[in-house]
Amino acid sequence: MNKELVEKIKNNPDYIALVSKRSSFAIKLTISMLIVYFTFILTIAFEPALLSVPLSSHTVTTIGIPIGMAVIVFAFILTGIYTKRANGEFDDLSNKIKQSIKEN
Amino acid sequence: MSRIFTFLILGAIAVFASGVIEGEIQKQALNIPAIIMFVIFVGATLGITYWAAKRTKSAKDFYTAGGGITGFQNGMAIAGDYMSAASFLGISGLVYLKGYDGLIYSIGFLVGWPIILFMIAEPLRNLGKYTFADVASYRLRQGPIRTLAASGSIATVILYLIAQMVGSGKLIQLLFGLQYEVAVILVGVLMVLYVTFGGMLATTWVQIVKAFLLLAGATFMAIAVMAHYDFSFGALFADATELKGVEIMSPGGLVSDPISAISLAIALMFGTAGLPHILMRFFTVADAKEARKSVFFATGFIGYFYILTFIIGFGAIVMVFQNPQYLDLAKQAIEGGSPILGGNNMAAIHLSHAVGGDFFLGFISAVAFATILAVVSGLTLAGASAISHDLYASVIKKGKVDGVKEMQVSKIATVILGIVAIIMGIMFEKQNIAFVVGLAFAIAASANFPILFLSMYWKKLTTRGAVIGGSLGLATAVLLVILGPIVWVQILGNAEAIFPYKYPALFSVTTAFVGIWFFSITDNSQDAEREREAFEAQYIRSQTGIGAEGASEH
Repeated sequence: MNKELVEKIKNNPDYIALVSKRSSFAIKLTISMLIVYFTFILTIAFEPALLSVPLSSHTVTTIGIPIGMAVIVFAFILTGIYTKRANGEFDDLSNKIKQSIKEN
Repeated sequence: MSRIFTFLILGAIAVFASGVIEGEIQKQALNIPAIIMFVIFVGATLGITYWAAKRTKSAKDFYTAGGGITGFQNGMAIAGDYMSAASFLGISGLVYLKGYDGLIYSIGFLVGWPIILFMIAEPLRNLGKYTFADVASYRLRQGPIRTLAASGSIATVILYLIAQMVGSGKLIQLLFGLQYEVAVILVGVLMVLYVTFGGMLATTWVQIVKAFLLLAGATFMAIAVMAHYDFSFGALFADATELKGVEIMSPGGLVSDPISAISLAIALMFGTAGLPHILMRFFTVADAKEARKSVFFATGFIGYFYILTFIIGFGAIVMVFQNPQYLDLAKQAIEGGSPILGGNNMAAIHLSHAVGGDFFLGFISAVAFATILAVVSGLTLAGASAISHDLYASVIKKGKVDGVKEMQVSKIATVILGIVAIIMGIMFEKQNIAFVVGLAFAIAASANFPILFLSMYWKKLTTRGAVIGGSLGLATAVLLVILGPIVWVQILGNAEAIFPYKYPALFSVTTAFVGIWFFSITDNSQDAEREREAFEAQYIRSQTGIGAEGASEH
């Protein structure tokens, strides 16, 4: 990639939009994963009793079980959300950028 | 407090290490259905290898299966790499032993994946060709960076291989009644055959077939357990707590020390993102779109698998625990309690017999063996690529070598790695290898990951910073593992550990990042200036895929 091309892409509005949208999206999702996981693991570290509460008075199942499962499902859903948006909106922007290079 | 922490770390290592079975093992009688099913599996995989060999002509085919694997297939293969025999038997064994605590581990292993997707997968695919060192050395000096990245890769691969080989020897001895040495040599020879003849294409399809069999087998076991309770978790848990007490439904006093919790979390997340055999899989797909899909499917399969192992662990509590059929009477006579044959990590294997008889036991045993084969093949290919692509072609020959020659070197490296793995497997049979996979993860997190990550995102990174900081991270990880409780106390027999934590990642990863930062910003050489200037073009390619490697033509 030569200097001229770098300058051109760098100032392309689609490229600027792609980078800023994707970075903020990826960072938001990363932070939400970290918050969920660290809340879970630090609850276990400091207040494990919170997860030991039974779901109801006539079951041994604790609230920790659905919460643990939910963390797994949450991680999967996040990957789905990112993949869907990136494979649609972000790839469309990339393709537009590639197109604009070819035209010139 | 420290007891809890010790348990967390030991458990994590037990799960990591394919050293799934500890201590002396009594050889079992020949297990005929298992052997028949295993022979069928080996026959099928050799068929795949023959088919793949005909399609593996160029170096690109050899390293990346021609780049033509789909996102779904690659997701399955990545999940297969991650669902080793250790995590199948280790996590279900941990749930069997401790209940809820097993779930806590599984979650730790899973949460790194979304972050790999958001941060690593796409730039890796857009910038690299065959190995992650391609990305790390994209705008830095090839020689030093590739040497360091290849050292990190080879160290990770060999440590992992030792753990897998020792674990496989013991597991096969127990399941099939084969001799330890025979089992280790068999695994070594088969993996060399898959990799040298079939390259990445065979390695990937062996992994996919195995992942499918493992998921199918585990699904069957989980359904059989749930059907027994009319698909009511409440009823299953009620019975399990009758046998083991209500404490299995809650965190069993695990993590109480936040430093350890965070250190382990860092080792798991960054370590996963620095494993060369996992990173290499991202080059087998056509583009960034498929790379993203790979992680999406992989996360789904791995998450589903962990939910199954949780049910399987509880199933083993109600069907295996205190079932006289699976009791280790000799051990019970000495220690009391109700130990099961082969130890807690055999819980899933015994459960397979309880729900499906001899035939299904044979199937699950064969799948466990297949799992080891598939995982060691992927590891060996990653190690061989570091030797041939990074060290031979890029460092020694400075890129002036044709693909065919490079592929030959890779095949020679595979044979050598196979021989090393067999020798190490036999040498380490009676050794305490609990530290081995922990060390592999620490190296991956402290040397491979920081260089890779900063090369993608930090403009001011220079060769000097990466080499010094990465080496510091590597050295810190190795040193702290040696001075830590497992090696210093348990293996070397000293009274007290010099470094109190079993997981050094928090400290060694920090050392690496700080070292890279400091020695980069103080680097005023002309090379450094040029490397910073080259960032922009690299970043554009990493973000848009312009100029990225595509799939091969045929």
